[in-house]
Amino acid sequence: MNDMRIVKRDVDMNDTKISAKGVQVFYGDTHAIKDVDVEIKDKTVTAFIGPSGCGKSTFLRCLNRMNDTIDICRVEGNILLDGEDIYDKRVDPVQLRAKVGMVFQRPNPFPKSIYDNIAYGPRIHGLAKNKADLDEIVEKALRRGAIWDEVKDRLDAPGTGLSGGQQQRLCIARAVATEPEVLLMDEPCSALDPIATLQVEELIDELRENFSVVIVTHSMQQAARVSQKTAFFHLGNLVEYGDTEQIFTNPQDERTESYITGRIG
Amino acid sequence: MSDFTADNSPAAGKGSSLFKETARTKRRNAAEARFKAYGIGAIALGLFFLIALLSAIISNGIPAFKQTFVTISVELPEAKLDKNGNRDPAEMAKVTTFGYKPVITNALIAALKAEGIEIPFAKEKDVADILSSSAPAQVRDTVLANPDLVGQTVDFRLLASSRVDGYFKGRVTREALARDKNLDAEHLDIADQMVKAGLMETTFNADFIFGADASESRPEQAGIGVSMVGSFFMMLVVLSLALPIGVAASIYLEEFAPQNKWTDLIEVNISNLAAVPSIVFGILGLAVFIQFAHLPQSAPLVGGLVLTLMTLPTIIISTRASLKAVPPSIRDAALGIGASKMQSVFHHVLPLAMPGILTGTIIGLAQALGETAPLLLIGMIGYIASNMPDGIASGFLDPNSAMPAQIYEWAKRADPAYYERAWGGIIILLLFLMTMNIIAVILRRRFERRW
Repeated sequence: MNDMRIVKRDVDMNDTKISAKGVQVFYGDTHAIKDVDVEIKDKTVTAFIGPSGCGKSTFLRCLNRMNDTIDICRVEGNILLDGEDIYDKRVDPVQLRAKVGMVFQRPNPFPKSIYDNIAYGPRIHGLAKNKADLDEIVEKALRRGAIWDEVKDRLDAPGTGLSGGQQQRLCIARAVATEPEVLLMDEPCSALDPIATLQVEELIDELRENFSVVIVTHSMQQAARVSQKTAFFHLGNLVEYGDTEQIFTNPQDERTESYITGRIG
Repeated sequence: MSDFTADNSPAAGKGSSLFKETARTKRRNAAEARFKAYGIGAIALGLFFLIALLSAIISNGIPAFKQTFVTISVELPEAKLDKNGNRDPAEMAKVTTFGYKPVITNALIAALKAEGIEIPFAKEKDVADILSSSAPAQVRDTVLANPDLVGQTVDFRLLASSRVDGYFKGRVTREALARDKNLDAEHLDIADQMVKAGLMETTFNADFIFGADASESRPEQAGIGVSMVGSFFMMLVVLSLALPIGVAASIYLEEFAPQNKWTDLIEVNISNLAAVPSIVFGILGLAVFIQFAHLPQSAPLVGGLVLTLMTLPTIIISTRASLKAVPPSIRDAALGIGASKMQSVFHHVLPLAMPGILTGTIIGLAQALGETAPLLLIGMIGYIASNMPDGIASGFLDPNSAMPAQIYEWAKRADPAYYERAWGGIIILLLFLMTMNIIAVILRRRFERRW
């Protein structure tokens, strides 16, 4: 645990993509997220780490308003995407989610063909003018999802017939097909074996060129491997947020140190 | 149970052999064997009753599909049937069935004499009781439809009376006829000779499947066809109302409605409605559709509306169950790439729930098809002297019966010949229900998807 491999990467001083200020989340009477401030940079992988139930997934789901689907969930505070408040009354969450895509914990391809899985997003957003356009979008998305070579001969096969790792990369490809600006990933590797995990992690690193990626993970090694920025959540509080290297080598907060050295969590 | 009670038998302690069953293991195995035996016994009992029921239905119902017919040549005298000789059907219609009866009687007597069959009655025309009282009407209808037949000798295939028919099916005996004023044992002797001479035969009767109901005294003429059409129009109403309303209501309740005490109340009420006795829906239909809305009585439209009310809870409950069975990850996936709520439901959730919805709908329809009690209250029962509806509107609005109501009506009529027809009707109804259930199974197999 202590000999974690930390890859030193350049962290560009990019613009802020998402800026959250004083975010509070309530599930009924439960105060799940307490006063979280965080600035998520563009073209950066940001990792949310913390023990189970610390609110990291909840916070992630606030960023594209997936929590709207839960009746008892209430969000306060400001979350700005490119300076615009996403909880503003004028914002349609559907439009927001086209900009902020999401990949889930368990691979969840639609029970349709591989092609239709990818093409669904572009179709409902009207991104393709004709069939040739759509074919191109599908190929590009599958290439970005690092799965094109494996599936190019069987685009008509059902997406559910792929292996777990392939399914998850298909889901990532599906998410990038709609050309989002931010990609949220909720423990994308927790249902995968180590080899598939490695492939997805490499993919995440490549995606950084085009998107701002936010990843929730249980595995500190994974956070260290893939992210440039890390946020540590504990009991609904954002305890510490900073460069990944700094969080893992020189944590400022006692709780962070306890967690990354394995004393709590 | 008994596993937990303390017992004094030596437990399988150290040193005991694995080859030797302990008392406790023996008891547990015996309990398991007993339970399996109970299960097999229960299934065997169920199978026995199923087989008993099916064989009773088949053995009682099959005779209804056969009928005894008399084939004779009838001379159609112009002097009696068309006095003016201008073959005008309007004028010829003035001759009623009473005018035709002697014509047929004479033809029968002539046919018997030609075959050398003796007529042992004081009045020769009494022999005509062998024929159904529907025979004159049948001849008259044929003649009016084709006036040029008058003056010719035409071969007719006429229904025999239900007593004669019952004699050949083993329902009527000579002893029983001693107390019957409709027919004498001598008639049966003549019938036997007519069969030998080829004048009379018992064959398949398509009119039972396609024909209309008949009056109480003419069971040989009654058929289930018209009430089948009535059932068909009712099912059209049920399908076109209950499926869209039921599915839309379930989608709204399951996917869109907020969770609060109002939706809870609605949910509880839908579950309760599914358990409301169908006759309650019948009286509701009587009050609302007939007394308040003044829709025509005994009409398949009203029957269909009442059955729609009755089927809706079934469809809503099964649709909601199949919507619930669609994993939430599919909804998340669609929402996560920016589909709207409605797109996620209609593009992804609904297709996955479709087999369940269709199965529920067909089961609901089958239930409605076999429902009798509500029809009783809106008057789709009793002797409804209707023929095949002419046209769609008349099919929905004219008085008609439905298959189960027709069966009920036949079963309560006095003549045992109707009892046989009730069983026959049940065979047809069961065939319909089996077909619908098979369709449900096929749809389920065809559209079932794994995820």
